[in-house]
Amino acid sequence: MALDNESLDQLIKGVRRFVKERLVPLEAQVAETDEVPSEIIREMGEMGLFGMSVPEQYGGLGLNAEEEMAIAFEMGQTSPAFRSKIGTNVGIGSQGIVLDGTEEQKEKYLPKIASGEIIASFALTEPDAGSDAGAQKTTAIRDGDSYILNGTKRFITNAPEAGLFTVFARTDPQSKGTKGVSAFLVESGVPGLSLGKNDVKMGQRGAHTCDVIFDDCRVPASALLGGVEGQGFKTAMKTLDRGRLHIAAVCTGIAERLIRDSLAYAMERKQFGRPIAEFQLIQDMLAQSRTEAYAARCMVMETAKKRDAGENVSTEASCCKLFCTEMVGRVADRAVQIYGGAGYVAEYGIERFYRDVRLFRLYEGTSEIQKLVIARNMIRGAS
Amino acid sequence: MKILVPLKRVCDPDNANKVKVSGDGKAVTSEGLEWKPNPFDEYAVEAALRLNENAAKNEKLGEIVVCSIGVADVAQTIRQALAMGADRGILVTADDGALESTVVARALKALVEKEKPDLVLMGKQTVDGDSNAVGQMLAEMLGWPMATFVASISTSDGGKSLNVKREVDMGVVTLKVTTPAVVTVDLRIVSPEAVKNGATPDSHKYNEGPRYASLKGIMQAKKKKIDQLELPALGSDATPATTYPRFELPPARSGSCTFVESVDALVDKLKNQAKAF
Repeated sequence: MALDNESLDQLIKGVRRFVKERLVPLEAQVAETDEVPSEIIREMGEMGLFGMSVPEQYGGLGLNAEEEMAIAFEMGQTSPAFRSKIGTNVGIGSQGIVLDGTEEQKEKYLPKIASGEIIASFALTEPDAGSDAGAQKTTAIRDGDSYILNGTKRFITNAPEAGLFTVFARTDPQSKGTKGVSAFLVESGVPGLSLGKNDVKMGQRGAHTCDVIFDDCRVPASALLGGVEGQGFKTAMKTLDRGRLHIAAVCTGIAERLIRDSLAYAMERKQFGRPIAEFQLIQDMLAQSRTEAYAARCMVMETAKKRDAGENVSTEASCCKLFCTEMVGRVADRAVQIYGGAGYVAEYGIERFYRDVRLFRLYEGTSEIQKLVIARNMIRGAS
Repeated sequence: MKILVPLKRVCDPDNANKVKVSGDGKAVTSEGLEWKPNPFDEYAVEAALRLNENAAKNEKLGEIVVCSIGVADVAQTIRQALAMGADRGILVTADDGALESTVVARALKALVEKEKPDLVLMGKQTVDGDSNAVGQMLAEMLGWPMATFVASISTSDGGKSLNVKREVDMGVVTLKVTTPAVVTVDLRIVSPEAVKNGATPDSHKYNEGPRYASLKGIMQAKKKKIDQLELPALGSDATPATTYPRFELPPARSGSCTFVESVDALVDKLKNQAKAF
């Protein structure tokens, strides 16, 4: 059920205050230590941020897309590492269960996902299956009441902290492409599941990824998501839909933060006896960034409303993901330019955002994949 | 323990520079201002929550009623306290312009007689008027014990009395007050170990500052009850004891910032230019 305006406004203000008072002051520390403090993760759990998209009956907030995006705009106003901690529980780590899980699976996992007691991770990408997600090599072979998993998953967000993985594996080893892929709910710590070293990344320090390796990892048949084989790829694609909109909203939030910081700096910094904000070439950059961020906010909200109205927004979600992730890259680049030398040194944190936002064009579907989705949907719709 | 927390909304102190005075100087205009709970009152809500819970077991131990006097929109400010965990609210509607400390204290006295709380816990002052008067007036009107500028509270005698510490210029004053009482709180009441209630383990450390309302708390606040009544219905004397004939904005500051090359240059400027010593 949609919230009334006052409650949504309070929700947004509550998150805004938390971001401003608790998260922003820790940005440099998180980047330096590569760790979000455990007390912050606990506080995010107490606030209910892990359960935004989990239905109320399973202990979550059951926010609709418009409400979730309004919160994602706010969570975007700080280092993406913080958002990443809740990101998989809100998005790809929980939505497979919400959409296609059995009642038993929902009752078992969703309340703990909503509270943040367990971190849920989404294991689709493999060394040879990135954009070509259908090229899954991981197998899950039925053996009596169990399945035996073998294979390696790569760049798995939050895997080092995860308590539960949604793992995609081929239950029919003879199958090719997307058919024959099933999804499994695998708890961490089971024999045969191991983790690689944390990846050393270009940015987003504090958010962790690593390989997840299955070596004759035996899971009960009840771990099959939805209890049906061969539905995994469909589940994965449905899950990514709302996730793409969420990423677009986060990018919009970051762009707004960078614009605010750039504007403040430009009004403060003086050259040739005047604040640089008075120079038209600086104004050009500010105006371009502002316009693009505004367009981004509008398209995200419009798409969220359509989704809440029950429309299929596959094309629009990809449009949002494509535009907003590319947009924040341009805004971050202009922010470095406005800051000048200060934008290039670590102390001001602008170069950190510049590195952080580069990831958004890559994960949950690269920009190139978004273009394919959009164009193919256009052609399908016209033929 | 039943605790009554009077709460006032104030314009966002971070945006206080947007405050304007009407053309005739008779009023402060509030158009376009964002409203927030008075920070000291928010600390009082937090202190009340700490007094009335077992934080280790997540159990509630008593009722917290939040009340406010003002225009109908003030219900939103009350709901913010309900989202933090207070149980119900009372809104006394009145025109902001007709309120001043005495009127507010008399209205609170009427509410206290109606609600019969064990404790009135409130901010030491509001950050808009800075009068620092209502708590003291209320205690006097009720004939109750009072402790002001309280920085820590611990319960004793099974909650029948409170040991409070007040930070004053020369040190810390410790008082013991028997309930029912009026206690006004200072900033440090929301430090991690400022409130001890005998139920939450003494080793428990709260986060610094008032708690953030959980998103679920915000969603549930709408379902909590806020009784609404008009000021005359309380039966308290609503005749102001003070009036505000005129408001003026402070003159614009002409200060500027100069960078100096060395400590010696700074000392020289402080001594000879600013005549600081």
